[in-house]
Amino acid sequence: MSTLTQPHVLNIPKIREQFPALHQKVNGKDLVYFDNAATTQKPHRVIDSLVDYYRRDNANIHRGIHTLAERATKAFEESRDAVQNFIHARHREEIIFTTGVTDSINLVASSFGRAFLNAGDEVIISGLEHHSNIVPWQIICHEKKATLRIIPVNTAGEIQMEAFKELLSSKTKLVAINHASNSLGTINPIKEIIGGAHASGAVVLIDGAQAAAHLKIDVQELDCDFYAISAHKMYGPTGVGFLYGKKDLLEKMPPYRSGGEMIKNVTFEKTTFNDLPYKFEAGTPNIADVVAFKEAIGFIGELGKENIAAWEHELLIYAAEKLAALPFVTLVGTAINKVSVQSFIIEGIHPFDIGQMLDARGIAVRTGHHCTQPLMESLGLEGTVRASFAVYNTREEIDSLIESVSRIIKFLK
Amino acid sequence: MLINEIQDEIIHEFSLLDGDMEMTVFYVMELGQKLSPLAEAQHREENEVKGCQSKVWLTAEMNNGTVLFSADSNTAITKGLVSLLIRIFSGQRPEDILASDLYFMKKMNMERFIGTQRSNGFAAMIKQMKMYALAFKTQLAVKS
Repeated sequence: MSTLTQPHVLNIPKIREQFPALHQKVNGKDLVYFDNAATTQKPHRVIDSLVDYYRRDNANIHRGIHTLAERATKAFEESRDAVQNFIHARHREEIIFTTGVTDSINLVASSFGRAFLNAGDEVIISGLEHHSNIVPWQIICHEKKATLRIIPVNTAGEIQMEAFKELLSSKTKLVAINHASNSLGTINPIKEIIGGAHASGAVVLIDGAQAAAHLKIDVQELDCDFYAISAHKMYGPTGVGFLYGKKDLLEKMPPYRSGGEMIKNVTFEKTTFNDLPYKFEAGTPNIADVVAFKEAIGFIGELGKENIAAWEHELLIYAAEKLAALPFVTLVGTAINKVSVQSFIIEGIHPFDIGQMLDARGIAVRTGHHCTQPLMESLGLEGTVRASFAVYNTREEIDSLIESVSRIIKFLK
Repeated sequence: MLINEIQDEIIHEFSLLDGDMEMTVFYVMELGQKLSPLAEAQHREENEVKGCQSKVWLTAEMNNGTVLFSADSNTAITKGLVSLLIRIFSGQRPEDILASDLYFMKKMNMERFIGTQRSNGFAAMIKQMKMYALAFKTQLAVKS
């Protein structure tokens, strides 16, 4: 588990006040929302920003000469600056707004893959990946007659670094790996992976979906070539995210989708493409959600990621210890370094049944394979129950979970 | 018992739970535990009901002009839900199954309880049972 040791300094009740969705009854019980790795709830400032944009500033961005278009454009581009700052990118044009991590990975697989992958090349991913960081690579590798290689994972849910080093070769063109695993919470040693891949001449894409709300992200320090994030997993709106890419690399890549915005000049004979980042932002973007995304970044920034991580770490340890002490319960994912995700199984009870029984007591968890079927298969599991914690969760909520799981065990055993 | 009588009986039984979700879940699981399990050999792909999130296996045979259904699932709640359909349809004549209108789910506000995905699975299960009924009805018509 994470090596963070400092005590948290956050006022959790005050933070909870900012999240309207948390204050409701589900099936007659106070909602306990532990499905944060799927999506987090949204604070007032994000919701308000979204509504205010539509109430006041709505216009199509760029090229508009009127006041509303100017306001909308300014708000949209301010979000780009906020994202640049959030991940410490060198240039603002290295931030491409997308619909989220899946879209970002598809962009790279499609554009980079089309331009730079050749027959006989290799792409490396890990056994811990979400389907969205598997399938796009399968498709482009198949198209280009390239080979997909998989880094094995041990039973604790950790990537086998020795095996990774053995997979690297002059054939390796790209390594795509998550910063933190969505199913198990494992934080991967991406700095080491990036260094190793670069030494072999490969570029590296980091799927940051599960890291965004929890871990410090400095793309310059990491030296990754691509980094992808979804806003909705970090208190922001759904349907928006971004791809960070190193400028020189993005400039060499062909457009992914074509249409308005991404062009400089169009004649029927020839089209010249726009500069970064607009080359990759064809069509009217999801303006309102991009604008509101800035508020999510602001929310995290004000609390401080270290403080968020410290509190979530306390919750994770508390939950893991209490769950592990229950009869018939086995923790799944026991890596040393983890974000606040705890998967578990109860012997002889299907995860779906556990999920539904918990929902009957107002507790929201995720059950099933978590879009990581190859990982589940390697662990010999059909699925797990996954409780994932956010900054607004409390020890009392974990006590409710433990009490409910105990009831289930008593009822069925 | 007629199909509608059984439906009314089920509606009554669930109404005693007074909408308490946890009691309802536990009750459904209990019903599932009482359902005689299908032999492991019947857990075959051809017996799988497509469209269910959980695995559900369904078999049917004719017995004295009525259809006998057996079913199983890998999850306890689904097994309980499936047991309700078995209770309604098993032992009924194919034409009665085909002509039936299942209203108990709506009356019990089942969707609130099982959610959209399981509702789709439930609908797939009913469709499969009616398909069996249709096949048996056709066989009977050919024989006579």
